[in-house]
Amino acid sequence: MTLLEDTKYLEVEIWRGDAAGGEFQSFQVPAYESQTILDVVSWVQQNTDPGLTYRYACRVGMCGSCAMMVNGTPRWTCRTHVKKVADGDRLRVAPLRNLPIIKDLATDMDPFFDKWVAAEGKHHPSKSREDQIEQIDPENSARVEANSGIECINCSVCYAACDTVAGNPDYLGPAALQRAWTLYNDARDAKKQVILDAVSGTGGCHNCHSQGSCTVHCPNELNPMKAIAGLKRETAISFLRKAR
Amino acid sequence: MLDLRLYMMQRLSAMFMAPFVLVHIAVMVYAIQGGLSTEEILGRTQGSVFWFLFYATFVIAVSVHSAIGLRVIAHEMLKLNGLTLSVLTWGICLVLLFTGGRAVTAVTLL
Repeated sequence: MTLLEDTKYLEVEIWRGDAAGGEFQSFQVPAYESQTILDVVSWVQQNTDPGLTYRYACRVGMCGSCAMMVNGTPRWTCRTHVKKVADGDRLRVAPLRNLPIIKDLATDMDPFFDKWVAAEGKHHPSKSREDQIEQIDPENSARVEANSGIECINCSVCYAACDTVAGNPDYLGPAALQRAWTLYNDARDAKKQVILDAVSGTGGCHNCHSQGSCTVHCPNELNPMKAIAGLKRETAISFLRKAR
Repeated sequence: MLDLRLYMMQRLSAMFMAPFVLVHIAVMVYAIQGGLSTEEILGRTQGSVFWFLFYATFVIAVSVHSAIGLRVIAHEMLKLNGLTLSVLTWGICLVLLFTGGRAVTAVTLL
């Protein structure tokens, strides 16, 4: 690629490889105003190396597809500005931590979503279509608690940030547990004890060390650590009730 | 690696340990104030049902709490699993029970 004298360039290292291994490859990318990390990766794919593999969809922070490690930190790349995270003019972009790599920057999200199901992060209906729709009081404390987690976009940034997942691959992780807590607090969910049992196994919420990386890095500023603390509290109460 | 049962055992043993540690330290500070000798201390503890029950419960709580805590570290840092991890957990618990039990009986039994 011919570099232009009057253009400022970013020094970008992008991880290339697959599940068997790989290494960082260097690229020089023109720097622009209001440039996001996803813009940088897309520029490389469109102008330098069409074979670069990565994942994105909405580009506006809605779909949760484009999360990657940027200078060692998990981020939603479509909403992360280069000027906020670059080390001088240097960027190092890698696939999300704690997930198997498919190719380059694309990770296999199956373990992440499998754990949502394992944590019973799915709706358990309490009514049939013949019943009246349940009236929900938005001021109700359980509803307020449920609302605090519903903006999760499944981006897996919290999962990549979690040191407990890194040390204990069976751990369900912050996103799945926060989903379980949201449903536990939803008046329309019929199987609250099933949820508590699902998060009480060997990979359950009790493995969380409350380090808080999930909450620090969540791009939507949610608080999975608080949700996990709620699950620990409710499972402990349930345990003591059963013991009586 | 911690299920609800182990989590509750660790938390409940911690609840027991907290007052035990405070009483243990307070008694130690009090006992050495007047220059109490080993013989005088043993004279008060040997044959005492209270101190036997106090330190026996303390040792059980410590053994359970430590074994579960070290189990988590062994799993996350050393990647131990399955039978190896269970053997290590029980091994730590039994060693602490044995050594602690020896100390308790030496100090409280006549």
